[in-house]
Amino acid sequence: MRVITPIAKPKEGSAGLTGKWRIFKPVINYSKCNNCGLCWLYCPEAAITLDGKNVPKIVYEYCKGCGICANECPVRAIDLIKEE
Amino acid sequence: MGMKGILRVVPKEEYLLPGNPSCPGCPASLGLRYLLKALGGKAILVIPASCTSIIVGPYPFSSLRVPVLNIAFAAAASTAAGISEALKVKGKEGIQVVVWAGDGGTADIGLQALSGAAERNSDILYVCYDNEAYMNTGIQRSSLTPYGAWTTTTPKGKVEEKKNLPMIVAEHKVPYVATASVGYPIDLILKVRKAIKYRGFKYIHLHAPCPYGWRFPANKTVEVAKLAVKTGIWVLYEIENGKFRLTSLSSSLIDPSKRLPVNKYLKLQGRFKHLSEEDISRIQERVNTMWDELMRLVKES
Repeated sequence: MRVITPIAKPKEGSAGLTGKWRIFKPVINYSKCNNCGLCWLYCPEAAITLDGKNVPKIVYEYCKGCGICANECPVRAIDLIKEE
Repeated sequence: MGMKGILRVVPKEEYLLPGNPSCPGCPASLGLRYLLKALGGKAILVIPASCTSIIVGPYPFSSLRVPVLNIAFAAAASTAAGISEALKVKGKEGIQVVVWAGDGGTADIGLQALSGAAERNSDILYVCYDNEAYMNTGIQRSSLTPYGAWTTTTPKGKVEEKKNLPMIVAEHKVPYVATASVGYPIDLILKVRKAIKYRGFKYIHLHAPCPYGWRFPANKTVEVAKLAVKTGIWVLYEIENGKFRLTSLSSSLIDPSKRLPVNKYLKLQGRFKHLSEEDISRIQERVNTMWDELMRLVKES
């Protein structure tokens, strides 16, 4: 007898490309960014990654556009731009 | 504290995967992300009915890189206690069994299982993420909804007070009880790491402002969480083997003049917009009285 157990497997985008939900797109102005790391720390979606030099990069496939990063940025280096 | 300071405490590794079904600005996502970073992914999660049952992902996918057991509302703490015992029998060390439950699943429906596991001192970590209502089913009031808050079942504002759950759990004389906030991730992560050093029942009560249910814009989740602490409405503390200690920003707020007026926190949220001046001064008075009691605890410890 074969027992089938309903086990879900981890996957990025379990709800699809959630970037499509976005109304406002956060864009990092790298000339202002001081690499403090707060946008990365406070992103609820883990949609901001840090590269080897700890520079933040937004993953637009999944960023839902909540705008917490822009709200928490101490040097206002993140602009929210309305999606087309 | 800067990037270096943050990375000294917060690992880069992610265990909550992006593209999950949480709402934009979700505090449960924030809390889960920090919790699993703190545990280094070495955990089994037990999740009763809550928003997180959705966030963990639609079958056959999961948005968490740890094993998750979805369980009935009333059974989270007892299930986790069972898993913890099973791991011991199998000789598996270093895996923390964690309950991740909302305020309804903790303070209302899950309370007897929670109290039972705490009294038996079962070796689990129980985290209550408190968004102060039943958000997943449509913002119904819970026993952790604060006085005055609008919900769909308290259209004129709740008339009862919020249950003081962390102190109720502490009265079970468990080794570790703490409060935390999604606005203070470093404090939360350090508390999780401290908690899992103890064998026995550990409890963390995580304040989690919900944009959808509390009626504020999604970009304000962290701001509202921080204001709850800055106004003294939410207090960050830990009780280690009965010893009470204020932590993080709360430890500098004993002087009432250091605390912001409660209105700074209330006015950001649509759920409090109907409050009269009288209501607001009543809430302020309650906060002041609560801090007087906390002063007494600080002096005793």
